[in-house]
Amino acid sequence: MQITPDEIIYWQYGPVIINATIVFTWGLIVFMVGGSFLITRKIKKTTKPSRWQMMLETIVDVIRQQITEISNQPSATFLPFIGTLFLFIVVSNILLVVPGFQPPTGSLSTTAALALCVFFAVPIFGISQQGLGSYLKQYLKPTPFMLPFNIIGEVSRTMALAVRLFGNVMSGTLIIAILISLIPLVFPIVMQVLGLLTGVIQAYIFAILALVYISSGMREKQENNNQERG
Amino acid sequence: MDNIGLIGMVSIIVSGFTIAIGSVGPALGEGRAAAQAMTAIAQQPDEANTITRTLFISLAMIESTAIYCFVVAMILIFVNPFWNFVTG
Repeated sequence: MQITPDEIIYWQYGPVIINATIVFTWGLIVFMVGGSFLITRKIKKTTKPSRWQMMLETIVDVIRQQITEISNQPSATFLPFIGTLFLFIVVSNILLVVPGFQPPTGSLSTTAALALCVFFAVPIFGISQQGLGSYLKQYLKPTPFMLPFNIIGEVSRTMALAVRLFGNVMSGTLIIAILISLIPLVFPIVMQVLGLLTGVIQAYIFAILALVYISSGMREKQENNNQERG
Repeated sequence: MDNIGLIGMVSIIVSGFTIAIGSVGPALGEGRAAAQAMTAIAQQPDEANTITRTLFISLAMIESTAIYCFVVAMILIFVNPFWNFVTG
């Protein structure tokens, strides 16, 4: 029994390995980009919007609404990054019900990569908002004694982000695999429905936590008119 | 008992304890958080959206400690790093 899709190897030449994680990640990228391209290909101002276009607009609109509600800032800054994270994770988790699909988020490499993106996005967004000095000063608050703890907190929350998503998706697939060998009739379907629920919630939480981390790194200037958050 | 048997036995027993003890705390915490959220929704039904969203986020954060225990248990069972010392 394999616990991550990293262990399914399709092709290997020396140190170069093509495993299931890479294949399904690229498949997912092609699926999402290709799907969005096909839908938005023939947009004109005069035509009536198609159903698929309405679907995409609804998704983007909901993400934008949530971002504004949670960060209390204009959503345009965060929408590309947070929306990408959310859409990638949620599509990958939902496709879990497709037979033969190994969700790439069930591999620690994928989730660690996503968490590293968040780790580097925090200083990038923070410095671009309030400048280098003011951003670095945040580490010295409330007192300079807290500096090591702030740094430890930064690293450990990144690790927590990665392991949380990996653990949830991995436990979902593992439980289904165990149940199929024990009670193959109805119970795996029930657990798959549960897996859909946790998958969507985990994607939501990953995006929300990334948003909270980034906007808390940017908070300095808005502190006067916002209450404490996150 | 030789080393292989010893490592296998200890890993399985410890992974059982890991998931058993590690799930007690988060279970209590999640129950408490959910109960508080229920009370809050009953008092202020208008704020149900915000409360539910915050509840889900906090539940997932509480649950993550249980997930860490689960990951450690899985590592001990399936990809135990100590096998390499005796089999490799």
